[in-house]
Amino acid sequence: MFKLLKNLKFKDFVLVIVAVALIVLQVALELKIPDFTRNLTEIVQSGTMTGTANMSDVWKNGGLMLACAAGSLFSAVICTFLLSRVASSFSKTLRDKLYEKISTFSEAEMKKFSVPSLITRTTNDVVQMQNFMAMGIQLVFKAPIMAVWAILKISETNIKWTIAVAVSVVLIVVGVVILTRVVFPRFKRIQKLTDEINTVTRESVSGVRVVRAFGAEDFQEQKFDEVNKKITNNHLVTSRTLGLMNPMMNLVMNGLMLAIYWIGAVLVNQIVFSGDVQAMIIERGALVGSTAAFTSYAMQVVMSFMMLIMIFIVLPRTLVSAKRILEVLETQPSIVEGCFNGEPENHGTIEFKNVSFSYADSENAERAIADVSFKVATGETLAIIGATGSAKSTLIKLIPRFHDATQGTVLVDGVCVKDYREEVLNSKIAFAAQKAVLFKGTIRDNIALGSEIVDDEKIKEALRIAQADFVFELEKGLDSEVAQGGTNFSGGQKQRLSIARALYKNAEIIIFDDTFSALDYKTDMLVRSAIHENLAGKTIVIVAQRIGTIKDADQILVLDEGKVVGKGTHKELLENCALYKEIALSQLSKEELE
Amino acid sequence: MAPFGHGRPQIGGGKPQKTDFKSLLKLAKYCKPFIPSIVTALVLAVLSAIASIVGPDKISELMNVITAGVASISGIDMTAFMDVVVFLICLYALGAVASYVQQFLMAGVTAKVTKNLRHDVSAKINKLPLSYFDKIARGDLLSVMTNDIDVIAQTLGSTIANLASSVTLFVGVLVMMFVVNWVLALVTIASSVLGFVLMFLILGKSQKYFHLRQQNLAELGGHIEEIYTNHSVVKSYGAAYNETQKFSKINHNLFANNWKSQSLSGLMHPLMGFAGNISYVAIFVVGIALILSGSSAVSFGTIISFTIYARLFSQPLSSIAQAMSSIQQASAASARVFDMLGEKEISDEKEKVAKITDIKGNVEFKNVKFGYNPNELVIKDFTASVKAGSKVAIVGPTGAGKTTLVNLLMRFYELDSGDIFVDGVSIKDMKREDVREMFDMILQDTWLFDGTIRENLVYNKTGVTDEMLGEVCSAVGLSHFIATLEHGYDTVLDSGLGLSEGQKQQLTIARAMIKNSPMLILDEATSSVDTRTELVIQNAMDKLTHGRTSFVIAHRLSTIKNADLILVLRDGDIKEQGTHDELLAKNGFYAELYNSQFQDVES
Repeated sequence: MFKLLKNLKFKDFVLVIVAVALIVLQVALELKIPDFTRNLTEIVQSGTMTGTANMSDVWKNGGLMLACAAGSLFSAVICTFLLSRVASSFSKTLRDKLYEKISTFSEAEMKKFSVPSLITRTTNDVVQMQNFMAMGIQLVFKAPIMAVWAILKISETNIKWTIAVAVSVVLIVVGVVILTRVVFPRFKRIQKLTDEINTVTRESVSGVRVVRAFGAEDFQEQKFDEVNKKITNNHLVTSRTLGLMNPMMNLVMNGLMLAIYWIGAVLVNQIVFSGDVQAMIIERGALVGSTAAFTSYAMQVVMSFMMLIMIFIVLPRTLVSAKRILEVLETQPSIVEGCFNGEPENHGTIEFKNVSFSYADSENAERAIADVSFKVATGETLAIIGATGSAKSTLIKLIPRFHDATQGTVLVDGVCVKDYREEVLNSKIAFAAQKAVLFKGTIRDNIALGSEIVDDEKIKEALRIAQADFVFELEKGLDSEVAQGGTNFSGGQKQRLSIARALYKNAEIIIFDDTFSALDYKTDMLVRSAIHENLAGKTIVIVAQRIGTIKDADQILVLDEGKVVGKGTHKELLENCALYKEIALSQLSKEELE
Repeated sequence: MAPFGHGRPQIGGGKPQKTDFKSLLKLAKYCKPFIPSIVTALVLAVLSAIASIVGPDKISELMNVITAGVASISGIDMTAFMDVVVFLICLYALGAVASYVQQFLMAGVTAKVTKNLRHDVSAKINKLPLSYFDKIARGDLLSVMTNDIDVIAQTLGSTIANLASSVTLFVGVLVMMFVVNWVLALVTIASSVLGFVLMFLILGKSQKYFHLRQQNLAELGGHIEEIYTNHSVVKSYGAAYNETQKFSKINHNLFANNWKSQSLSGLMHPLMGFAGNISYVAIFVVGIALILSGSSAVSFGTIISFTIYARLFSQPLSSIAQAMSSIQQASAASARVFDMLGEKEISDEKEKVAKITDIKGNVEFKNVKFGYNPNELVIKDFTASVKAGSKVAIVGPTGAGKTTLVNLLMRFYELDSGDIFVDGVSIKDMKREDVREMFDMILQDTWLFDGTIRENLVYNKTGVTDEMLGEVCSAVGLSHFIATLEHGYDTVLDSGLGLSEGQKQQLTIARAMIKNSPMLILDEATSSVDTRTELVIQNAMDKLTHGRTSFVIAHRLSTIKNADLILVLRDGDIKEQGTHDELLAKNGFYAELYNSQFQDVES
């Protein structure tokens, strides 16, 4: 929490100090108000009887009281204004820093935190912090100042009153602590049960065809009812327990009022008649005035303790949020960019030198990729095939440094990828991922993603090569809207658009990570031959599952559990690689392979 | 929602924010069984309000005893004083008890009503036609189940009783004040109203910024979701700079609306305090003026009691305002819930009796016509007959209606016209569950739920022994994998287990085998599995298909070459049919599809 506060700007610190000063002023004025209550009460009590009361005293006291109230209002307004600003600017800074930090993360860090968690950290957790800042700072400073100051004022008067207040405060604090102790664990449980309700409902909806195919409607319902019963019981206990809070507080507060007046009455009776009626009335009137003032102070004390309790209720949640934010900010990205500035000699070449990779840090962790070496020359096509889980995707993700090789070196254009600046390396490589990704915006935005120059002609050409001609039939063409996640396009369309994006980038190396398997055979073939015709000279890496997709490649790597078990052309591999032959035969018959 | 035509309609979306009395009435019906509790709660709420109203009057009495005592030589009459104090303590205690019992009862009603609502929504899911799930977003349905029902719970729990006690309090205080002293009554009302006008002015202003702030927050959430999810794409395309600028812009707007809304709403509390002080001073000034002018109706007690009335008067006003806005929210929420509960259900089939006792598996499609939308036929005129025990493959490009056929066969959707017969019996004459009972179905999307392997395999079937599990799992090639797990069949399936797509599919095949129905449907069951794993599964599938009428839909043409009958679908019609060799010989659409996988790029 304190580490996060370092993110406050100097200006904000000054504002916070001004705000605290205003809070002190506010407390002073608020505690001045009961003095006028006392005076006014005194005027009624003794003044009206002794005939010394006059309206000008009433106006004076009333006016001063309102002036104090207005002053306290004024400082509260300024204070709120300052603190809201500080809190908002603080949360803005936090969001900026989080976003900045996360954009330096590599896939490893993204995976470690998980995307949904990073999203809640950037949004909810920051909002949590901000709310605490805006409300909390006021309470954190105001409550203790108010409590101490009011107690000092009270203790000057009479010890019996002070005891009455102390007893009430203890009653309320103990009551609230007990109630929250009962309720909080249940709130957590309710949160979990709500998740379960969601899970079962989601299950029933996403598996609706399966549920019905198995005639399992009742089965699902029973499952739901069980969770429903649990959550209902927990709700019942929490709301019935929390229901005690208000009646309890009211009772204690009202009881306190009565106690103060009772003590006041006893004190009044201790002032006995000593011959001078006037003096007796004045003395007693003053005492009643003090009693009235005292009830105000007592309320202030009780209120400030309630505020303190609130802080302790909100604080743990805020601290958790602070910790979650810090965790992100303090994470060092595992991939650090290099500083190579020279001009590499061989454009469009890739080389793997004894590359191994494992996801875990430990030495003896199983290696996802073991000792892979190969070379791709400019303009060549490299294909990689293997079973699911053979680490094909992992292997090519080492080229654009989504991960770093644990051992060995990956060279692009003859330079180790770790030596490049991120920007330079990225400009050399276009990567079309397995899962097509579209962004909210237009088709044009999506194809020209990250490019400084947007050339409609070139975009159209890329779309044509990627067999995404359907775009031209859309009413708005390149200006057609793309919904978030591209949900308004079919899987095949999305895939073709993401291929077009990779082509438009005009990089030396184009990587297709299993991009073609979502296309039907015919489109697959058409895209590949269009690339072949239009993009001669580019180095291409294709990961695929279909033999048909890769059999024309200049070089094919056959991967099995992270190891290269075959390297060569389609023909060569059919002869000397048993696994390749097995994969091929699982898709095509012997005659077809000829 | 998407800004253009492709977005899914939301449940009950697009309706103006107005109190929907129809939905509230429906909600009231849910409360009907609990009327005794509700009425008792309302009576108690009124009682506790009355206790609050009587209080100040007694305080006034108490003050007057004090005032009398100040001037009297014998001092304050402690017996009279204690009488009033004891009365007040009893009154406060009674009020507290009444208000707690009221809350206790309402909590019970709320819990039961929401429990019933949740149950009904969940049960409704199982009674809705599949077409419903096509048109809504899953998130919307989940939000009905949790958020909307929660909103209803909150309103039910507090608002009804609150409203009753607030109205009582408001009217009671108003009457009491005028009974005691009309001048002071007017002063109190005037100063309270002033406070309220201030409050509403600020509320109205801050609402606007709150709204903008929520919008900014949603926008920000949407943006970072997109960017974080597609982190690697943003990075590798060097789009980070542009995206960061978008982010900064949203973030800055959020900042601006944030502090405006926060400062304004932060003003509420101090302003209300100030308004309270104004009433306080006004009551004292006018009260003392009245005393000095010799009015016998006003005493110190009167003044103190009016300061309490002032508080009691403004309190119900703000709770009524709050109740109104929460009733509005509840009506919007219950509109969504009851929209969902009011959706048309699948027809009742209790009277349908047709049943096939010894299923052979002859299936006949006769002039089947069907469209998901009334004027857009997906299956135009489909006729085919399938002999018992044969393996039928359905192939064709995306959108040709392959999965639709399965949907019709399983009666997930009803035919527009035509008929489907199994062993000569129309599936329309049978109960849905009896139709589905005849088929094992395996889909491309493996559906497994949070639970143990055993629970997932057995699912809703009863009397499945461990031997049966073992047999089935070894048939699908899972027994080795399960043996390596520490808890065997009782291992809980979660993301930590890291099941591969292939293993998940093996599990669903095993589940289907345990169900052991006479016919089989495989809808792209192996397309997310690599070809080698497919070989393993294929063995299991072959065991499963053996002797059963089976329908196989597959992208990979290699899986269906040995089918007894291949139906080539295009645009909802059978384009060609026959065996693999016959169709290749025909050199038509199927041959074209098939050959495209071998074509050389160079040619």
